Amino acid sequence: MELIGSIVTLTGSIVLFLGALGIFRMPDVYNRMQAGTKATTLGTILFLIGISLGHAECGCFGKIAILIVFVLATNPVSSNALARAAHTAGIKLTERSVKDDLKTDKEMGEAK
Amino acid sequence: MKNTKSAFIGVVILFAVWVMLTDFSPQEMIFGGATALLIVFLFHSRLSVLGDVKLNPKSLVYMVMYLFVFAWELLKSNIDVARRVISPRLPINPGIVKVKTRLKSPIGRAFLANSITLTPGTLTVEMKDEYFYIHWIDVTSDNIEGATESIVSNFEKYLEIIFG
Repeated sequence: MELIGSIVTLTGSIVLFLGALGIFRMPDVYNRMQAGTKATTLGTILFLIGISLGHAECGCFGKIAILIVFVLATNPVSSNALARAAHTAGIKLTERSVKDDLKTDKEMGEAK
Repeated sequence: MKNTKSAFIGVVILFAVWVMLTDFSPQEMIFGGATALLIVFLFHSRLSVLGDVKLNPKSLVYMVMYLFVFAWELLKSNIDVARRVISPRLPINPGIVKVKTRLKSPIGRAFLANSITLTPGTLTVEMKDEYFYIHWIDVTSDNIEGATESIVSNFEKYLEIIFG
């Protein structure tokens, strides 16, 4: 049981590492947030599950479950708030971007 | 009726959190139940958003199915992002697209926006009425219909039954 827990925890930390690498490599704030949000969510969840499996004697499955629910509920909300604030503040998308519907719609709204 | 339902759901959620945080002694259960009732009684006007949750057997089944679909998508999205991060050329094709949702209730839309953020290559940037603006790491469709089809529809069919 402890071995399975350790493996799951290790997987979680690999996911977190890939997320950090993604934040380092991506070209603009929105793409970085993509890497950041998804990897931290799954990484943290795997990490917590690994801990609860490795220390089954503490009987903390309920608490871990609540932690996972809160991570799932709050992580996307915060990244949504950050992305929205970044776009409102006028931070540009990378030059490799294809389109920006939100910017077009905002400009059309001002033109009216 | 709607108020009763939202109060009921509120009590159930608070009590479930309390039970999971403590052990199962009767003393804790009674105190937790009483506190949950008191909180819902004090804040019931703010809880009306919970009244949109549908409580019938079909929606409960769909809730469980939604959990599994969601977990699978989360796993897929991580593999997808990891693949993009590791490959040396950094194969991204990003952009912000506009999609339209059929969901009416605020809580359903909130769930949808959060689910979109956690699924492969998409990140909700802004919500305006029934339109979501989504940052998509690999834009494959140019119009609203195509983007809606490939981003939203998968979750919408579950959330529509759970929240309406």
